[in-house]
Amino acid sequence: MSRVRVLVGTRKGAFTLTADGARRNWTVSGPYFGGWEIFHLKASPVDPDRIYASQTSGWFGQIIQRSDDGGQTWTPVGNKFVYDGETGTHTWYDGTPHPWEFKRVWHLEPSLVDRDTVYAGVEDAALFRSTDAGATWHERPALRTHRTGPSWQPGAGGLGLHTILLDPTRDGRIYGAISAAGVFRTDDGGESWQVMNRGLKSNGIPNPDAEAGHCVHRIAMHRSRPEVLFMQKHWDVMRSDNAGESWEEISGDLPSDFGFPIDVHAHEPETIYVVPIKSDSEHYPPDGKLRVYRSRSGGHDWEPLTVGLPQENCYVNVLRDAMAVDTLDSCGVYFGTTGGQVYGSVDAGDHWAPIVRDLPPVLSVEVQTLAS
Amino acid sequence: MTITVVLPAHLRTLARVGGDIAIDVAVPVTPRAVIDAIESRYPMLAGTIRDHATQARRPLVRFYACERDLSHEPLDAPLPDAVADGREPFLIVGAMAGG
Repeated sequence: MSRVRVLVGTRKGAFTLTADGARRNWTVSGPYFGGWEIFHLKASPVDPDRIYASQTSGWFGQIIQRSDDGGQTWTPVGNKFVYDGETGTHTWYDGTPHPWEFKRVWHLEPSLVDRDTVYAGVEDAALFRSTDAGATWHERPALRTHRTGPSWQPGAGGLGLHTILLDPTRDGRIYGAISAAGVFRTDDGGESWQVMNRGLKSNGIPNPDAEAGHCVHRIAMHRSRPEVLFMQKHWDVMRSDNAGESWEEISGDLPSDFGFPIDVHAHEPETIYVVPIKSDSEHYPPDGKLRVYRSRSGGHDWEPLTVGLPQENCYVNVLRDAMAVDTLDSCGVYFGTTGGQVYGSVDAGDHWAPIVRDLPPVLSVEVQTLAS
Repeated sequence: MTITVVLPAHLRTLARVGGDIAIDVAVPVTPRAVIDAIESRYPMLAGTIRDHATQARRPLVRFYACERDLSHEPLDAPLPDAVADGREPFLIVGAMAGG
């Protein structure tokens, strides 16, 4: 029988939530690294016992932790993230040039084929790679030094490379999404990058359809169709059917098209999930009702999923990396909130239940489907 | 010289030490020499006290000794004799911050 392990990063430590394939009875372990912000944890798809974690602190900077036994024990590995060559400048909040400064690792993306290779998306926005299981890190500088880089401006949360998608069918193709610059794609493993923002319209920037400068919150793909991408932008839910070459809006009948996470059903490439949030200044659900919205048609038509979720007086947020799916036959969907709840559904979102209610604010959720 | 260093709790956990650490430091005993010695013996602490790229003290880390705040002294300024000869500890402190 299969097992499920949910990796939860919070403002004050990491937690693992484990259950058998029925996903009814959960064991909560943690906190690991108590008191530190754990921006993201993710396991290697090649070796499920190998987990990488981004541990960070306003006092003591960045730590990367690695586990080789499924999260039971951890070892701090390399944390030297130094930009390659001239750092140059991006645009600061006041419009002036500002030098790139490493702040933290937002996202870790282990290789699909090598347990020792892992990518890190960092703030200020850049892509780093380790090929020795996190011992050393080297920037892939072509993204940061892209010709549009000097115009990139941080979003309210910073200038972070928050999403890294590895194309499982095309070696060297990687997507990166940056707040607030947009989507970029490389087809040569990071030697060169193209802007992939055609079709995005953002009314909060001077030129709504600028080449770069869009506040993309997250992108997602189904591994069986990596040329199809889904995006939750600051405002607007979007899709691309041509590997990011162009985008069309699919917000349809959502009550709000602002939000952070977006994810795809494990077995239905046209079934996608978002969590509408009222607005960019009101980071809570519309009407105080926590609703996941599901589209079974790849967008446009959405249905609220409410059973088991609070439908009154709920004012939490769900952050961009805080939703994930498992790959069991009946797809499980999971998300964490800034109120410290982690909710799970064992039937693709039809019914929900809290796995744990009172964690620190949840920053990230990842799921592993494991053989027993 | 062997000096005593008091680390903040989070760095003790990271370094897997239970209390104060005694560490051999090259002469002259300066904040830079102390940090060099700490990072050499506890590599997992590299980058946590000073920035990897700039080598500057992290803004929310403070250096105290002999009831003085030495945080803004030059990193190559000699520490007090009482620290250098081991009578007084060198304190690395996570600044009080918050509300």
